[in-house]
Amino acid sequence: MAAHLKKRVYEEFSRVVQITHEEAPAKKLRLSKPSKSAALHIDLCKATNSTDALQYLLHFARKPVEVESVEGVVRILLEHYYKVMNSVWVATVLCCAHTQDASKLSCTDVTHVDADVLSQETDNSVRLKIASLLGLLSKTQGFSPDCIVDDAINTLNNEKSHQVLAQLLDTLLVIGTQLPESPTVRLRLIQMACKHLSDTYFGVRNKCLKLLGCLGTVDAPLTKDNEGADVRDVQTIISDYFGDQDPRVRTAALKAMVGHRHHLMYVCLQACRLLTDDYEQVRSAAVQMVWVLSQLYPESIVPIPSSNEEIRLVDDAFGKISHMVSDGSWMVRVQAAKTLGSMLQVSPHFLEQTLDKKLMSDLRRKRTAHERAKELFTSGEFSSGRKWADDAPKEKLDRNTVYLIASGACGAFVHGLEDEMFEVRIAAVDALSKLARSSPSFAEKCLDFLVDMFNDEIEEVRLQSIHVLREISTHITLREDQLDTVLAVLEDSSRDIREALHELICYTNVSTKECVQLALLELLKNLNKYPTDRNSVWKCLKFLGSRHPTLVLPLVPELLSTHPYFDTPEPDMDDPAYIAVLVLVFNAAKSCPTMPALFSDHTFRHYAYLRDSLSHLVPPLRLPGNGLDLVDSRCSSGSVESAQLFLQQSLNRVSTIQNLEAPGAQELLNFTIRDLQRLGELQMELAGAADFCATYLRCQLLLMKALQEKLWNMAVPLCLKQNVTATAAAQQILEETYKLEFLYGGLESRQVATIHHVRLQAKALQLVLTARTRQGLDPLISSCEKFLQDIESFQRLFLAELPHLQDSFVDTLLELMPRLSSCKPVEMVKILQTTLRQSGLLQLRLPEQIHRATATIIEPTGESDNPLRFTTGLVVALDIDATLEHVQDPQNTVKVQVLYPDGQSHVIHPKPGDFRKPAPDRHRLITQVYLSHTAWTEPSQIEVRLLLAYSSSSTTSLSAPKLGWSDSVDGLQSPEAAVEGTIPFSKPVKVYIMPKPARR
Amino acid sequence: MIHKLTLQDHATQPHTVRGAGQDVGRSCILVSIGGKNIMLDCGMHMGYNDDRRFPDFSYITQNGRLTEFLDCVIISHFHLDHCGALPFMSEMVGYDGPIYMTHPTKAICPILLEDFRKITVDKKGETNFFTSQMIKDCMKKVVPLNLHQTVQVDDELEIKAYYAGHVLGAAMVHIKVGSESVVYTGDYNMTPDRHLGAAWIDKCRPDLLISESTYATTIRDSKRCRERDFLKKVHESIERGGKVLIPVFALGRAQELCILLETFWERMNLKAPIYFSTGLTEKANHYYKLFITWTNQKIRKTFVQRNMFEFKHIKAFDRSYADNPGPMVVFATPGMLHAGQSLQIFKKWAGNEKNMVIMPGYCVQGTIGHKILNGQRKLEMEGRSTLDVKLQVEYMSFSAHADAKGIMQLIRMAEPRNMLLVHGEAVKMEFLKGKIEQEFSIDCHMPANGETVAVTTNPSVPVDISLNLLKREMALGGPLPDPKKPRTMHGTLIMKENSLKLVSSEQALKELGLNEHQLRFTCRVQLQDPHSDSDTLHRIYTHLKSVLKGYTIQHLPDGTVMVESIVIKVSSCAEDANTKVLLLSWSYQDEDLGSFLSTLLKKGLPSGLC
Repeated sequence: MAAHLKKRVYEEFSRVVQITHEEAPAKKLRLSKPSKSAALHIDLCKATNSTDALQYLLHFARKPVEVESVEGVVRILLEHYYKVMNSVWVATVLCCAHTQDASKLSCTDVTHVDADVLSQETDNSVRLKIASLLGLLSKTQGFSPDCIVDDAINTLNNEKSHQVLAQLLDTLLVIGTQLPESPTVRLRLIQMACKHLSDTYFGVRNKCLKLLGCLGTVDAPLTKDNEGADVRDVQTIISDYFGDQDPRVRTAALKAMVGHRHHLMYVCLQACRLLTDDYEQVRSAAVQMVWVLSQLYPESIVPIPSSNEEIRLVDDAFGKISHMVSDGSWMVRVQAAKTLGSMLQVSPHFLEQTLDKKLMSDLRRKRTAHERAKELFTSGEFSSGRKWADDAPKEKLDRNTVYLIASGACGAFVHGLEDEMFEVRIAAVDALSKLARSSPSFAEKCLDFLVDMFNDEIEEVRLQSIHVLREISTHITLREDQLDTVLAVLEDSSRDIREALHELICYTNVSTKECVQLALLELLKNLNKYPTDRNSVWKCLKFLGSRHPTLVLPLVPELLSTHPYFDTPEPDMDDPAYIAVLVLVFNAAKSCPTMPALFSDHTFRHYAYLRDSLSHLVPPLRLPGNGLDLVDSRCSSGSVESAQLFLQQSLNRVSTIQNLEAPGAQELLNFTIRDLQRLGELQMELAGAADFCATYLRCQLLLMKALQEKLWNMAVPLCLKQNVTATAAAQQILEETYKLEFLYGGLESRQVATIHHVRLQAKALQLVLTARTRQGLDPLISSCEKFLQDIESFQRLFLAELPHLQDSFVDTLLELMPRLSSCKPVEMVKILQTTLRQSGLLQLRLPEQIHRATATIIEPTGESDNPLRFTTGLVVALDIDATLEHVQDPQNTVKVQVLYPDGQSHVIHPKPGDFRKPAPDRHRLITQVYLSHTAWTEPSQIEVRLLLAYSSSSTTSLSAPKLGWSDSVDGLQSPEAAVEGTIPFSKPVKVYIMPKPARR
Repeated sequence: MIHKLTLQDHATQPHTVRGAGQDVGRSCILVSIGGKNIMLDCGMHMGYNDDRRFPDFSYITQNGRLTEFLDCVIISHFHLDHCGALPFMSEMVGYDGPIYMTHPTKAICPILLEDFRKITVDKKGETNFFTSQMIKDCMKKVVPLNLHQTVQVDDELEIKAYYAGHVLGAAMVHIKVGSESVVYTGDYNMTPDRHLGAAWIDKCRPDLLISESTYATTIRDSKRCRERDFLKKVHESIERGGKVLIPVFALGRAQELCILLETFWERMNLKAPIYFSTGLTEKANHYYKLFITWTNQKIRKTFVQRNMFEFKHIKAFDRSYADNPGPMVVFATPGMLHAGQSLQIFKKWAGNEKNMVIMPGYCVQGTIGHKILNGQRKLEMEGRSTLDVKLQVEYMSFSAHADAKGIMQLIRMAEPRNMLLVHGEAVKMEFLKGKIEQEFSIDCHMPANGETVAVTTNPSVPVDISLNLLKREMALGGPLPDPKKPRTMHGTLIMKENSLKLVSSEQALKELGLNEHQLRFTCRVQLQDPHSDSDTLHRIYTHLKSVLKGYTIQHLPDGTVMVESIVIKVSSCAEDANTKVLLLSWSYQDEDLGSFLSTLLKKGLPSGLC
């Protein structure tokens, strides 16, 4: 035995050397830091028994390894693997690891390893851990594992334990994936895998198959040298293991085959057979397999067994997978349902069968409830299922035509949607949506089923089906009975469901005017029951009106309750229901010019009122006669392009400011700011950009004012008053710069640099002012130091942007930096003062996309005159409902502030679950804040507003280079202390509250 | 009457069905499997009031106790048509063996039996009926089962329960003796409902699957349509200000409808009260609360926050509430409106067209339920008074039996080798039988009451094999045994003391104390060859060497050629020197090679040899 092993080792050695000669003629000299590897080695040497060694290894695995020392570590690991406790050898390894070609070294040493040593091997777990560490190490970025291939294979050949074998194969897989360009290595690995495929332990076979699946190539046929001349390719080898006795191996084989997306046709039949396997994981993998086949060869024709017909492969696969929707294991059912959703090429005939479950009762054909509903609707008769046995079977069925297990897809979705597990139901709903989007006729058919899902017991499923219906609603027109069912959900107590449904109604097409009326009635009912839905309902009616103008037209007299002869009383303008009706009518009137003729006088007045108060819901109308020309002037404003041009021109104009005298420059800035603000109001698309520019210019204006000549020429004691305004200005600029930085989304680093530049100027101004007002040097010294740090951090952060900042304030400062850092504070202040006054305006470049974060509090409205009464010392919950636009990561940044009349304020952090995301860039915050206060004598108003929290460290860490996973972060923390603060970004809302003293 | 089905050992398994053969009513099936006798369910027929109500136990034993004839009794669920005759059998006929049922069944079953006893004895005044004490004694014999727990009844018989849906605690049982097995489904439901999940069984491949077939020819519509219709009707009626009466039986559907309404009320924020008639139902709800693990996914997952059976909107009913103004929903027993509280309420409310009655299930002919469902608007009550029915009458079918598709699905799950349909109507079963035979190509039986069916099985006989022999065979063959291809091997089968053993022949000889006999075949082959004996021998040697590659062929100096262990000698014929006689001799073990050699040599030597 020993002799044999020795011989083998020699063989391997000779082969290895040959290959290294071929592949790598010039190996680089690698220097590795001895630290890590040496430490490990010492640890391992210290380990007296296997438990200790394992502990060391586990500990070691937690620490990272640098690229350079990977190889050394590998050597040491391998050496420990062989457990040669030879100190001389160790010394060789240690010095060689730094200087020599490592692979050569280890091979030489491996030859020394006596077989006896191998056989008295240490604990399996230690070897297992080493094997896994080898794999981990090979993954290290920048390390090329080709040098350890041979060693790994060597160890593989000598290994006895099945677990360790499996782990080693896994390591080989990692190595193989790291070396995609080396066919020789790949071939060797595949050979190794083939060799071990016959192992008795399932884990080893698993890993071999995995390796084959990942690395086996199609074109290279594989010769099994040792077993004669049968040339077999990887696929055949893998497919042999479809029949393995262990289900885990069967799964692995199928999965390996899935990886191999070619030459799969001939394994098709085998895969289909495995669909009925005993084990769920095998079935699951088989479903995946069949899907892959169907995607690769959708159009191939396959014969149907036991008949001479032929069908497309994708149809066949679809049928087979549909069958799996009624599998015994729910995991397989989920997988099957999901897979069905992605088979879009299936023929419509097959697709529609999935919704068809032939009903019968006592052998006679029965119509489904859906069919009956449709029939009742078409025949005009109301009521359904009143009569006992009205579903009585009609025609007689031929026995032979009824297939209980219908071949193929029959009723797959009917089953999936009725499944016990909601995971399956959700998967089925998703699949329905995907299929329906690609096929309008199918969308029409699955409508009934989706509507049925509105009644599911789990809210998630209900919500999902409403969303799905919305997505496919472009294809469909709802019938009245269907609409009825849909609208019934409007009474649901869950707000999410109701809002999803409103969204759905926005996109639905209905067929008759009765439907419109029905929808309106139900929505009004909803409004009545849940007044908080007001906005959502109005919006919904807006779309309903503009979608169906011709259907609304005949309803107008009834809706507005006008009468040809009699004057009807004027409805109450504050009634939300009346507003809802008007929104519907006005939106319909937009594309129906005959409608305004039906309006009565007060309707026109109400129009004018609503057009102003709810302009987002009421469109501009061209109303004839009555002398009332209500054509809105606002809609005639120019296009976005011209506004964009204007914006650019304004900015260009500002850049000429350098050449102007101070008063002229200030005036120009003033005008430009005003223009930009107005532009932002007019053009919603450019509001963010215009606001951003205006704010920036305002900073400049403030700076300019603060730096005006008069102030600085005066003696210090005389100008105290001016100093106050200048200090305030500096403070304001600082605040504005934080706003600029954190309130606007879509900034590029160029703009951020500009903002920081302004901030630096403001800080300089502050410093100068401090020097002028305060006495004493100590505080000045510290603030000077701080300022220098600021400059440094600016330089570090915006190194790339510095070329764009030529001739600016900071540029000058950086030039003077050596002087600044050595000079005294007083001198420094002087330098700063002159530089500050000489520095000009930095030109602002407008980024492409810029959005201002905004928030609107919808609820509370602040209109209520009834104070919210509660007992002092207890809490009262205030519902807050707000929309947030363009806020990144609102869960962490958005806070609610409550201001009490006595100046006390609370900041409340809403739960992450309170944020919903109805659309990209838009969030909805629905939360409750708890108020409490001591007793008041009178009811009074508190203010509620939303705050955007920021922290300057967030940007710092973003732009700082990513630290490796190994190094600790604390040493490199930026010296600049993080500035944290909040920006109010919504209009405050006043809420009337009244804490009453507790009654004793 | 008794429907017997015996699974006979080795060749056949006779099986008797006692009741519920081709009839929905009383289930009682006798199975003999591997020498064990098992009674599956012990139900009664609700339609009879005489002896026909119980299965005919005299079929098993003329007089005397059943204990020695039965190894165990298994009850699938608590419906009286599956367990009603249990106290009668165990206490009055006499049975002391174990009775198996699941925990919920064990809890609920005595309540129903007691209720049934009260009605029969106290109200109808029957004698010769089991007493309360008998029910208690009977229940003492019950051994509870857990799902998927394998229970060893005795050394050979083991049973295992699977979830069956249908009602709380309903189970399917897998009965196994040696390698033979039977699955009995009881009543089951393959579509989940609001409170129970779907039946499930693993691929146990039993020799026989005994399935109910109540809905053998029906494929049902999606349950969601039914639910939606039901809720819509109730909702509309409530909105109109009407009262809704739902007559139900205490257990099963009542709980499903309660949950349906409860969640709907919750979702829609409705305020109208829902009442539940007190008594039995309240007790039953208690058990539903308790056995939460037997319900469906949603209820099981949410019970930590709130037990779904702790109804928020559903309150206990009091007789005086029926006259309260305003809308309400009332669940009242019994389900067919033939007596009791539901009938009283019905009489009160029938006159108002705003009210509604919803019949959630089947009604037997002759009951008021059946009459009003058939559209009768004037009912004759006792005492010659008539009742005008103005309220709306609705019918909704909520049934918890598997339909034809469900039955097929279960067959596909379990993959039985034979099928037996019970608990259904003969005509319908006939149809399903045809379908099953066509789709799965397995035998399907449908015995009538008292008929015995024998099912042939192919039991696999376990044989111990000695490890040495196995290893030796392993070493000879390829690396791994291929499960698809059987392989032949040599060995000796020893049958000793009821066990089979496969050992190598040497060991067998040793064990039996026999001497090994050598068996040798010898044969003469005549050959025309002009050469001398030794030359011929040499020619034969070279010939064989060229033909038989890979065998050891030796030319021994004593004038023989050895091919492996086969000896070949040459001698000249006495008459003709050219005719050589070859003597071949081989042992029995080398039979293959020996006969090959003899035929080869008979063909003569090729001329080209030197």
